[in-house]
Amino acid sequence: MSQSALQGTIRSRPVYGRLDVRAGTSHLMVADGEGALSILEMLARAGDGAGAVLAACHIIYIPGANGTDMGDRLATLGADQFWCAPDYATAQPRIRRVLEGARMGTQIYLTGTEGLIGQVQRDAMDAGLPHTGVQTEHRGSTARRVQCVHCKGITEHVVTDPFQCSHCGLHLFVRDHYSRRHAAFQGVNIDAEDQGRVPPAVERFT
Amino acid sequence: MSVGAPKIPVTVAEVVDVNALIKRFRFVRSDGGALPTFSGGAHIVVDMDDNGTRRLNPYSLMGDPADTSGYEISVRRDDQGRGGSLFLHRQVKPGMQMQIGQPVNLFPLDLRARKHLMIAGGIGITPFIAQMAQLAARGERFELHYAARNRALGAYMDDLARRHGGRVRLYLDEEGHAIDLKGLLSNQALGTHLYVCGPKPMLNWVLTTARAMGWPDGAVHSEEFLAPPVGKAFDVRLQASGLTIRVEGNQSLLEAIEKAGVEAPYLCRGGACGQCETEILKCDGEILHNDHWLTAEQKASGCAIMPCVSRFQGKMLVLNR
Repeated sequence: MSQSALQGTIRSRPVYGRLDVRAGTSHLMVADGEGALSILEMLARAGDGAGAVLAACHIIYIPGANGTDMGDRLATLGADQFWCAPDYATAQPRIRRVLEGARMGTQIYLTGTEGLIGQVQRDAMDAGLPHTGVQTEHRGSTARRVQCVHCKGITEHVVTDPFQCSHCGLHLFVRDHYSRRHAAFQGVNIDAEDQGRVPPAVERFT
Repeated sequence: MSVGAPKIPVTVAEVVDVNALIKRFRFVRSDGGALPTFSGGAHIVVDMDDNGTRRLNPYSLMGDPADTSGYEISVRRDDQGRGGSLFLHRQVKPGMQMQIGQPVNLFPLDLRARKHLMIAGGIGITPFIAQMAQLAARGERFELHYAARNRALGAYMDDLARRHGGRVRLYLDEEGHAIDLKGLLSNQALGTHLYVCGPKPMLNWVLTTARAMGWPDGAVHSEEFLAPPVGKAFDVRLQASGLTIRVEGNQSLLEAIEKAGVEAPYLCRGGACGQCETEILKCDGEILHNDHWLTAEQKASGCAIMPCVSRFQGKMLVLNR
């Protein structure tokens, strides 16, 4: 699977880089789905340096919502700790506990879908890190986590634009306007002025 | 005057000899009103009329940000400097009328931090005094490590220890104390932000060590005001104003522009804020970049200059000003 080519449009839209091993006292890696590959590739690029990283490394992995599960490959890397969770909600208490006990100098690597990256980045921000204090790399699905700006409900894995809010049922236009605080893109009612005139849903995210 | 806000007429209320090198000045509004609220880390530009030479130097505010009755600055005398600190030390007396700029903060606290770890060297203590007053009032966690040459020059340490107890620690060079920086940086809870203000070698030491130990750039904050360096005189063409002016050796380019009566934006006058960035239209020679603002790529491309601290040597320089 090739790397993502998500493009920046407006300034609010997050852009992602490529993970690189950085000097640090310990390493926290959180990935979902195809994100496992970017961890494997990063460690392969690090060559002999990978051993020291793995010795002080905690990997948390969540299989993709699309069924992609590369947990076995990460489990056999030999990281100090490896833990697999069925979804982010299950992983979150552990992620928060790790951040709570961590020291400055801990390197944080987030990779996989935007929804996962954004939510763990938010956990790191809640722990007092600047949002730029984590490395991110997008892999796999481009489905979006969208907040309805009207009812505030969040719909996961949105693939079409417009889509229907899973909470209030409004038809929402998916903006590139992103909230780091909600870790979600903003969805705005598309037929507010002209009720009932909803353009056909187009599959924009996969 | 620059960037909108008007200057504030003030009266010098107090001049205190802190030690052999440092004097403290207190300014109150000449009309008796309250000064603008500021935030810890803010500075003001003090407007000086030194026998016909206008000097505009930035100084950090060191009072309690909640106290709007007066502003306090501490000035270290620099006998080799261009004269601003000497003017303040020798000429400024209680009762004098002066002008100051509005407070501007280029070294603010990041209040999202879980803890604030501060490292000060010498006169670099001043912004932290204001910041600690602000943090203490909010009940935030902080810790100051303050290095000075000797006890006499460790201005304000006794006062800070009285106010903040064990949260401040003094290191005296002449008594062989040294900050165990690696030890300090390796044992900070995630979410700690690091702040450093002091002489250049200290700044470099702290910033490089933090980076090597994996501290993200966004959690590391520093401030250093540069005094405009003295250099050789040069000529510069101000295209938009239709003037060619001479910049004397002991004058900054910004000062020469102002002296020619040309309005130019500025805030910090110390190479830090970016406000005075000026487009270069033509350059046959070398720009002597001295600022912290332009990136290495921008400096290499020769597209812009910071006239507050940077100079030129060569045949011709034309600026869009």
